[in-house]
Amino acid sequence: MTKPFLKIEHVDKSFSRGAMTNEVLKDVSLEVAEGEFISIIGHSGCGKSTLLNIVAGLTKATKGVVFLQDKVVDEPGPDRAVVFQNHSLLPWLTCYENVALAVDKVFGKTKSKAERHDWTMHKLKLVHMEHAKDRRPSEISGGMKQRIGIARALAMQPKVLLLDEPFGALDALTRTHLQDQVMQIQTELNNTVLMITHDVDEAVLLSDRIVMMTNGPSARIGEVLEVPLERPRNRLELVSDRAYIAARAAVLKFLYERHRFVEAA
Amino acid sequence: MTQTAAASNVTPLKPAQPAEAPASARVVALPTPKKPFFGPRMKTRAMDAAATFIPPLLTVGALLLFWEVLCSSPTSSLPSPSRVVTDTWELIANPFYDNGGNDKGLGWQLYASLKRVALGYALAAVVGIGLGALVGASTWAMRGLDPVFQVLRTIPPLAWLPLSLAAFRDGEPSAIFVIFITAIWPVIINTAVGIRNIPQDYKNVAEVLRLNPIEYFSKIMLPAAAPYIFTGLRIGIGLSWLAIVAAEMLIGGVGIGFFIWDAWNSSRISDIILALVYVGAVGFVLDRIVALIAVAVTRGTANA
Repeated sequence: MTKPFLKIEHVDKSFSRGAMTNEVLKDVSLEVAEGEFISIIGHSGCGKSTLLNIVAGLTKATKGVVFLQDKVVDEPGPDRAVVFQNHSLLPWLTCYENVALAVDKVFGKTKSKAERHDWTMHKLKLVHMEHAKDRRPSEISGGMKQRIGIARALAMQPKVLLLDEPFGALDALTRTHLQDQVMQIQTELNNTVLMITHDVDEAVLLSDRIVMMTNGPSARIGEVLEVPLERPRNRLELVSDRAYIAARAAVLKFLYERHRFVEAA
Repeated sequence: MTQTAAASNVTPLKPAQPAEAPASARVVALPTPKKPFFGPRMKTRAMDAAATFIPPLLTVGALLLFWEVLCSSPTSSLPSPSRVVTDTWELIANPFYDNGGNDKGLGWQLYASLKRVALGYALAAVVGIGLGALVGASTWAMRGLDPVFQVLRTIPPLAWLPLSLAAFRDGEPSAIFVIFITAIWPVIINTAVGIRNIPQDYKNVAEVLRLNPIEYFSKIMLPAAAPYIFTGLRIGIGLSWLAIVAAEMLIGGVGIGFFIWDAWNSSRISDIILALVYVGAVGFVLDRIVALIAVAVTRGTANA
């Protein structure tokens, strides 16, 4: 068996406030192979964002370790680029400058100025945003902002791409469009991706494996589902695909039968 | 000879042009459409300008008229606007005369005041942004310094003047110090608030990119807090201009504040009124200048 690329080992996370301790994650372990697309799905508040932040290094685990290529992850870094749910573009920079900030920081020493410019433009082209390069984030739509966010993350040439509910704040049409684009980029670049979502269709469509989390507090990985679908995948053809329907049903069953979100009812 | 055969099968659409077609055609000049003196675009622009300028002009006109009526009686204690203009025409016409000593035109008086404000305010801006950044970024600096600032900032500017005169033993640096100490508090407090309010998202971006402290300061902190900083700078410039007039009344010498005090001592009420108009106008211009710099620097994220 090949060595896992990304390894999450027995991670616990609890937030304490005075005497109150709130355990969010309990004994989470996951192994991810290189080039794999993993979705983490679960109800709101189950700690999936916390898990992603631990992998990103933005939050420290209370117990347990994350290894990336056998190296311990203990701080944030561009090898684990994050696409934030609310895009987090810097509003005083243009789209080009937002991506260039990352490129200049990551490749400031290894690439020449012209190479960095080409690299930035290439990433903008990859998400079809080169036409808006001189616009500011406030002047473009939510979907476009998220595409710039994806371009910025890809521009860091990360070992793992972390997507924190990247399409959560978008309308349904824009979301499908962006999902298709992410799939296309994924076939081109074959990144290792960890994506958080609460959209069942999105999880099944995009991922190789779906990690289903139980409800918090003390959320665990409840089940891991392989998605045995050939790539490239086509949204329309999959609608009637039996494997797709079965996978979708399994996730729905997990979320709404076995781990219903009680507080929401 | 298939070509000729083919050609004979084709019916020409148009009879061939006769070789000697009469090639004479007169060029008739169409009458150029009469351009209205004001194009439609010009018209809307003129309307916009009118909408902006007519209401304040009307207000000012009404106020002047009211004042004129109120002070027109020969026994009134204050001069009417027309009296002010006739009394001070010398000063209005020659803003830059210099008869030595304090007897200088209003242009020079304002220049002297502006110079003091520029120095004190520049110092306040630099030190204020620095201290504000410290207080905003460090919890311990905030705990230690904020209470001190909150007490010091309530001290009226002029109350500092005797103390600074005692310390500097000279009017000029004392006036500058009063400007400094007046303008610095809003700059510190607004900068600190701006920096404390930097969204976690931007900090996350900085962390993922591993920006070092200097890069973080220049690429995230300053631009993110810039709208707040400029709010502080705008309040600061307004306060400095308020304080300089009062401070100059006490320290004497050349300056618009002492000019007003001097005019009062020699009962030149019209001169005082003219000086007040100038002070107001300069204060307004200073505020607009800082606001415009803010818009230019923050690329439109600050309000004009």
